Amino acid sequence: MQIEKQIAHRNKKNKIFKGVIIAGTVISTLPLLLILFYIFRQGITAINWQFFTNLPKPVGETGGGVSNAIVGSILILLVSCVIAIPVGIIIGIYLSEVAKSRLAYYCRLAVDVLQGIPSIVIGIIIYEWIVRPMGGFSAFSGSVALALMMLPSIIKSTEETLKLLPESLKEASLALGVPYYKTILKIIVPSGLSGIMTGVILSIARVIGETAPLLFTAFGNPFMSTDIFRPMSSLPLIIFNYATSPYSDWHQLAWGASMLLILMILILNIITKIVQRKWKVQF
Amino acid sequence: MESAILKATNFNAFFGKNHILKNISLEVEKNTVWAIMGPSGCGKTTFIRCVNRMHELTQGATVEGSLKLNGEEIYDMNPVLLRRKVGMVFQRPNPFPTMSIYDNVIAGYILNGIKLSKNEKDEIVENSLKRAALWMEVRSTLHKKGTFLSGGQQQRLCIARALSMNPEILLLDEATSALDPISTAKIEELIHELKSDYTILMVTHNMQQAARVSDKTAFFYLGELIESGETKMIFTNPKHEKTQNYITGHFG
Amino acid sequence: MNEIAFQAKQINLKEKVFKKTLTLSAITVVVILLAIFFTLLINSMPSIKALGGKFFYDKTWDPVADEYGALPFLVGTLLTSFLALIISTPFSIAVAIFLGEYYKKGVVAEIFKNVIDLLAGIPSVIYGFWGLFVLVPIVRTIELKLNLPPYGVGIFTSSVILAIMILPFSVSLSRQVISMVPSHLKEAAYSLGATRFEVITKIIIPYTKSGLFAGLLLALGRALGETMAVTMLIGNTHQIPTGIFSPGNTMASVIANEFSEATGKIYTSSLIEMGLFLFVVVTIINILGKQVIKRFTL
Repeated sequence: MQIEKQIAHRNKKNKIFKGVIIAGTVISTLPLLLILFYIFRQGITAINWQFFTNLPKPVGETGGGVSNAIVGSILILLVSCVIAIPVGIIIGIYLSEVAKSRLAYYCRLAVDVLQGIPSIVIGIIIYEWIVRPMGGFSAFSGSVALALMMLPSIIKSTEETLKLLPESLKEASLALGVPYYKTILKIIVPSGLSGIMTGVILSIARVIGETAPLLFTAFGNPFMSTDIFRPMSSLPLIIFNYATSPYSDWHQLAWGASMLLILMILILNIITKIVQRKWKVQF
Repeated sequence: MESAILKATNFNAFFGKNHILKNISLEVEKNTVWAIMGPSGCGKTTFIRCVNRMHELTQGATVEGSLKLNGEEIYDMNPVLLRRKVGMVFQRPNPFPTMSIYDNVIAGYILNGIKLSKNEKDEIVENSLKRAALWMEVRSTLHKKGTFLSGGQQQRLCIARALSMNPEILLLDEATSALDPISTAKIEELIHELKSDYTILMVTHNMQQAARVSDKTAFFYLGELIESGETKMIFTNPKHEKTQNYITGHFG
Repeated sequence: MNEIAFQAKQINLKEKVFKKTLTLSAITVVVILLAIFFTLLINSMPSIKALGGKFFYDKTWDPVADEYGALPFLVGTLLTSFLALIISTPFSIAVAIFLGEYYKKGVVAEIFKNVIDLLAGIPSVIYGFWGLFVLVPIVRTIELKLNLPPYGVGIFTSSVILAIMILPFSVSLSRQVISMVPSHLKEAAYSLGATRFEVITKIIIPYTKSGLFAGLLLALGRALGETMAVTMLIGNTHQIPTGIFSPGNTMASVIANEFSEATGKIYTSSLIEMGLFLFVVVTIINILGKQVIKRFTL
């Protein structure tokens, strides 16, 4: 009898535990649903034609928009991509090809450290390296800051992808008398394109919402600008500024901008899944 | 006087300090099929990988001695240009996954930036695929990716790819080990036909295959060339005890 | 022959250039990292020289009076980060067990995996924004009930949002190590009559201890450096926080708030010194965490 009681007790504990685990998991997912729901509810009312086409208006005036922030985000990101993508892929190629040298070890270590640096510190660095010598804030400095943050994930996903490719692929090309550099650029990298692209898109999704590195680099701009050597606005920056302001018009705009930003991130993630499926190279 | 297309004289190969090939001397004549045989680790794959200088792609790999292709020292040539003259087919079929069948056949030209007219390309593709006994099976699906073929077909595609470059020597590194018996048989037939236009070195584990297909055989053991000569002779009347033991299955 | 020699030279040249470019790019990363460290160090020098150790135990931060004691912010940083860790750990372990043991595959697993990934994808500033409008009123109500001044913002609020933000990071690592426990170990326990609960608590958790610890370390690293959401929810005062519900400041949020307007060498330099401090601490934690992971997967 004792043993049966014991077993019943243990089974009960087992069931309760599972319940606790499930409950804990469900609770953990609540914030996401709450946040998304709240943002969409608030944001949807802010989205209208003027939201996309108008510049921010002074407090009290209606009909303000975030056109400058949208353009700014896209421009800053574009320049970051131009900087980070080629550099990241090349470094990823190095790490996958020269896996064991001392330089590769220190390089990997540096990439890991870079990945963990707080974004505000990156902002300080770029301020010292670019903003001060240039004499002012600029979209360009913001792009460099974001590029630094994109590098680690592009490098890592390129390295991982290329490492997975079979050695025989390289050998087949070399045996045909194709020089090493062409083998890498025309066979190896194209074969790994889906994995590399995934890493690139994910890194974009990560930095598109970054605010801290832009605080003292791109700085923000209440007017529309396409000059990358001048301060520029961007979605996360205006969300920050408007959310912390006391004006409810501005809050509205910030909700709209938040919803837009989240939509962009969601779309980028979906694109990643599509790229993975469609471009996956069969062996 | 050099009728030998490939001539090894006191040729040695190393991986770092490991002495893999020891004083190999061998002469291969044009339009012959040589089987390179021996137990695992005897150096047979290393030997053919020295012919197209794939051996040195491994860190710390070095060679000593003479290895000549048509009278020219292989190790004095530019390796990239050398490899365009020597074709290789690997154990695992490896068509380029991002290219169509058509492009795979002429990959050697495409990747090296050699310009060809559409007609020239079509001709080379058709000829190479015919010589590889694959033309009939893929003539209507040339635009499809190479990786959608069966293993045996992929391997014949790789053969076509190597042949399209008109190599002086064709190296087969256990090219049928990963294939089913029917594909293997098809490829063996192929080798018979290719003999009239090409010189072929094939590394093989399969003694029956060597006996069936090759004119001459070289038997390697622990990095040394124990015996070489007419295949018939090697199999029916080997001179060395080690050869005898290998053929009768005492090891390997 | 000339044609061939020319071709050979061309190929050799291109090969060399390519290989050198690869090597150079790898060197560049290392150089950038060293440059980051030295930039922080050099620019912190004025403050280090002027203040020395006082920087860390002086509890008054008053730029107007030219006094720069970072103790309040050190306290704020540690408080929020550790509180966030404490709040999120039970949940992150629960989710890790959920995804690593109970629901490894299938629709349920996919749904929750995606939800956790999405949590990681929400920008910090949006977390802060939501926190301002949803969490703060809730905390205010709680504070009123507890007879505390209803700031709404403060250490507690920012710790809660921080806990939500770092959850995905510890989950992802913990889930991995839990799912990699060799099944023969679990089966041995099951064959002895253990319940799932007992296998999890007595076999899996002890086995994955170091992996779970590494996950927590990495989450801590994230928490220490997190800026925007904390800046928006912490109250931004220069006093040392007296309790969980009082307002405060972290090093990261002080930098975010005051850097662009900082005038004067020592002011700017002490902000940068905080950046240096964050950089060093977060780097050490990350490297430690990665070392633990390496040892675990060997």
